[in-house]
Amino acid sequence: MPSLPGPNDPIDMDAPRKHPLQRLMDNPWLLLALGFLIPFLSYTVWGWIEILSMPPAQLP
Amino acid sequence: MGNFLTGESRTCPSTGLTVCLRAQFFIRANAVAAVVFLLVGAIAALLLALTRWSAVHLLNDVWYYRILTLHGINMLIFWILFFEVAVLYFCCTTLLNARLASKPVAWLSLGLMLAGALITDWIILVGKGDVLMTSYPPLMAHPLFYLGMILVAVGALTGIILFFVTLYQAMRQKTYEGSMPLVTFGALAAAIIGVFTLAHGAIALIPTLTWSLGWTPEPDPGWYRLMWWGLGHPAQQVNLCAMVAIWYFLATLTTGAKPINETVSRGAFVLYILFINVASAHHLLVDPGLTASWKIWNTSYVMYLAVLASLVHAFTIPSSMEVALRLKGHTKGLFTWLAKAPWHDPGFSSTALSMIIFGFIGGITGVTLGTEQINIIAHNTLRIPGHFHATVVGGTTLAFMGLTYYVVPLLFQKEFTLRRLCRIQPYVFAAGIVIMSIGMSFAGSYGVPRRHWDVDFTGANIPAGFDAGAHFMLGVVGVGGTIAFLGALLFILLVVAAVFFGRSNAGSPMHFWQSPEAMAQNVAIYNLRDEAYVKQSHRTPGTLTLVFVLLLAFVVYYFANWMALTDVWPVR
Repeated sequence: MPSLPGPNDPIDMDAPRKHPLQRLMDNPWLLLALGFLIPFLSYTVWGWIEILSMPPAQLP
Repeated sequence: MGNFLTGESRTCPSTGLTVCLRAQFFIRANAVAAVVFLLVGAIAALLLALTRWSAVHLLNDVWYYRILTLHGINMLIFWILFFEVAVLYFCCTTLLNARLASKPVAWLSLGLMLAGALITDWIILVGKGDVLMTSYPPLMAHPLFYLGMILVAVGALTGIILFFVTLYQAMRQKTYEGSMPLVTFGALAAAIIGVFTLAHGAIALIPTLTWSLGWTPEPDPGWYRLMWWGLGHPAQQVNLCAMVAIWYFLATLTTGAKPINETVSRGAFVLYILFINVASAHHLLVDPGLTASWKIWNTSYVMYLAVLASLVHAFTIPSSMEVALRLKGHTKGLFTWLAKAPWHDPGFSSTALSMIIFGFIGGITGVTLGTEQINIIAHNTLRIPGHFHATVVGGTTLAFMGLTYYVVPLLFQKEFTLRRLCRIQPYVFAAGIVIMSIGMSFAGSYGVPRRHWDVDFTGANIPAGFDAGAHFMLGVVGVGGTIAFLGALLFILLVVAAVFFGRSNAGSPMHFWQSPEAMAQNVAIYNLRDEAYVKQSHRTPGTLTLVFVLLLAFVVYYFANWMALTDVWPVR
């Protein structure tokens, strides 16, 4: 089974650096975190704040 | 290079891909369950169409709302979720050359989903869950209704977690080289959106379960709507991602197309992942508890980034098909490539029709109805089902049907019989959905409410109701719905006939829907990397023309809706 490089393994300085967008696209865990957080803040948390801060209706 | 255990894989003689046998079992099981729930939802759809058709008005009020609940849940939740779990397992195993990480977890997912779906359907049919799919408080169902839904959500979430664990193993053990395949990336997008979706389902449904048991007070209806639509709408975005991934897959399989620029296509999926879930706010545009800032931010500024993603896919997929078909020699004029496309292949026809219906009807109406100002003249009218039947049924369901025409021979290793009927089935279903969707949209334009059993408000103190034009359009809904039902029934019968009575093709290539020469040409075109390909990949005038037709149609529809708004909301 192939293993991940260890701390003492040589670093390949000639390896081409990936574009940051490509690095994002190759990182499913970061995408998972961002894909949950962005809508959760924009839709859910902001929505909660709006509903909680709504003043009670002045019923007759 | 794969990480399969001995005796747990086979090589597909048709595609050359290595199939994980434990995944194959669960793909089959989830797909069969999906089709069974599609049948339940389709029968309910026919009954509803024949009730909305004023001249027939088949069901009484009690059964109408009962069947409407059954239809929504089976079609929008069960059929779609079971099929999506099957798609996820396929994408993280066969396409990554990897084995499914855990058989017991896959059993757990399937068991929870099946138990939950059966409990929910049973409780609806015995009349203890007449609360519609949204189950807004203060409507209260039997606790088993909520429990069933929660079990389905937890089961689907378990399947998604298994997808991520399998993906993690494949990455660690380097079962594939470079970036993951684009189709798997689309499935990843669907899985990420699914996590958000199912988390919101739990947040919304657990308090309603405890409320129905008498343990907690009634949830605040405004809060519940906010949470429930964090489940309801993103569930359809899971469909969207799965559908687009299937479009890419079937475009390759049926024409030899490969994405012109994979990075751009992946970027579009990233836009979906980051921004599409906020579109849930569309459903709350008339809710008084939320401010205009929240509504406009979540339905325009952020959501349009997801619309941009759909426009990217709407260009890249047909353009990649155009490149492939032009390379086959269909170079004359703007649209010869389209006319010469393999329209007799149900995988291709389903994909193409799904894209047309999704884009031209579902997409245009969706963006328009999601505009806060325009929404006020459309909210809770039949225009909304007119929109989402074009996206979820004409788009997603048709794409899933197209994939099934390849899944059954490749993974069930059974051949379809009555192949001529298979070739026409997508057209029947698509025609029915288009007619029904147009009927709904026009009836909704008259103001006909969605979900309502008696649009004439019989016996009301103040005369209400609609003129003959609206009732004619409801008749169109009935006719379209009946045709779509026949298309769906035909699909189910063909699949059942193939799976249970079809000829086995184990050990030999599938009987393709195109000639062997055409399939060999597809493979050759897909593997082309020469100068001719590079040159052709920058020239797609036919697709460009279609894209501008789509944009023009959108502009006209959008403008017409603002005009309609000025009729009821004069600005002086």
